Amino acid sequence: MNANSYCLGIESTAHTFGASIVSSDGTVLCDVKEVYAPEVGKGIHPREAAQHHSQVAPEVLRRAFKEATVKPKNLDAISFSAGPGLGPALRTGATIARALAVFLSKPIVPVNHAIGHIEIGALTTGARDPLVVLVSGGHTAITACADRRWRIFGETEDITLGNVLDSFAREAKLPPPGGSAVEKLALKGKKFIELPYTVKGNDVAYSGLLTAASKKLGDHDLEDLCFSIQEVAFSMLTEAVERSLAHTEKKEVLLTGGVAANKRLQSALEVITEEHGAEFYVVDHKYSGDCGAQIAWAGLLAFKCGVKMKVEDTVVRPKWRLDEVEIPWRS
Amino acid sequence: MALLDIANFDLIRKGAEANLYSGEWYGRKVIVKKRVEKRYRVEPLDKKIRAYRTIHEGQIMHEAKKAGVPTPTIYLIDLSGFTIVMEYVEGVRLRDSLNNFSAEERLRTCRKVGNLIGRLHERSIIHGDLTTSNMILTPDEKIFFIDFGLSLYSTEVEDRGVDLHLMKRALNSTHYKYVNQCFNAVIEGYKTEVGDQKTERVLTKVREIEKRGRYFAERA
Repeated sequence: MNANSYCLGIESTAHTFGASIVSSDGTVLCDVKEVYAPEVGKGIHPREAAQHHSQVAPEVLRRAFKEATVKPKNLDAISFSAGPGLGPALRTGATIARALAVFLSKPIVPVNHAIGHIEIGALTTGARDPLVVLVSGGHTAITACADRRWRIFGETEDITLGNVLDSFAREAKLPPPGGSAVEKLALKGKKFIELPYTVKGNDVAYSGLLTAASKKLGDHDLEDLCFSIQEVAFSMLTEAVERSLAHTEKKEVLLTGGVAANKRLQSALEVITEEHGAEFYVVDHKYSGDCGAQIAWAGLLAFKCGVKMKVEDTVVRPKWRLDEVEIPWRS
Repeated sequence: MALLDIANFDLIRKGAEANLYSGEWYGRKVIVKKRVEKRYRVEPLDKKIRAYRTIHEGQIMHEAKKAGVPTPTIYLIDLSGFTIVMEYVEGVRLRDSLNNFSAEERLRTCRKVGNLIGRLHERSIIHGDLTTSNMILTPDEKIFFIDFGLSLYSTEVEDRGVDLHLMKRALNSTHYKYVNQCFNAVIEGYKTEVGDQKTERVLTKVREIEKRGRYFAERA
């Protein structure tokens, strides 16, 4: 008998369809994904993303079970991303999870996608009680856990950091993924171009920055614009994080989510973390973008605490906020 | 002799954007707030932000006093060092004391806070960073507002709404056990200063701003 339990996680909030199996000792046994890529210059079409996911799902799942060398019948739980995200994409993943749970007679565990980003970050870095900076296409939030709930200390009041970089990249006709295209060009930028800087308490607002930078396309070198939009966007966030850090006096900072892979953002946050005598952690690059592992691991943590649901209650929640979720495995 | 030499001052707090030192200056006990270089920002952006906020904070703190909101008295602004010298205020930060109060004390304090916010708003001042870290409760039960670095002049309902939204957020994250009673008390106090009608308008805006945050389910 193996004392480990295994959880399958299915991710399908946006452009990524992923499946992963993790074991309760914290090992990610496999993490398979396929990413829907819209045409250059366009964003995600929810229906097309959903169609993409249903097409790739059987193959992704087959590969996941094969790589993990875990038989479906030996799973202990099946988890899926129940939100937040695009309705059609979420429903595709949820349908697959329900079908598997019923067919295999396994418990089904809905997972909040943001909690997934946080927990996979904590797992891969060893951070215990961090101030979390969650930055992706769907989130820009500064949060810390207290009394079994993630409390939001700061967040974007309009679009996310991922939106700013992706939308700007699309406006500039850069190839996806937009964030890394902007990052690469920014390295060659030298001249700082003034752009709107909007910090409200611990909150940021990015829409003005995106509009202003997009309007300047063509008037300046693209390298300089990429450099400047990054500098302003990251400085705003870093300032908000530093305020939250000074306020909460946490001893760890964890950067997680898709934009966590950006080296310039990492270095900015590292500077303030050091100044406040805290440890700085960045989610393992493999798991910064959306992936099945974040769902599988958060699902396993929840399952261990008895979180489960009847299949008929597993409706998806496209607008499920991070701070609505009870976290029984954290104090 | 230089007007200000902080070599012998004690660093008492590293805030988010400034270091706070305390010491004696021309026979007075003072706080020196120095906006330090932020290495994460590129230099032109960093200098611009620090210079603007140093001047602006001094001006608006003085203006807040006229509105009847206790703030430390400004003694000197030294722009070359991005430094403000101000009165040392004895007391405890509300962040550290609010959770330990009796229910009655807590509500009384929150009402007072709300009243002070109302006074600022009535004089077109938006604090910009209303958290309990930025309020000092003195032994004679006055509440001093500090940290006006993000403040602005505005009569827009939007800006007032953001101000109260940030206050609510701070209560929600740091004083989550009492958030509803505390925020209601803040609003009660606010009302006594600005009146029912204006308060209602601002509260409607606060609800709208909350929903702008990511993923608030539309509530019927």
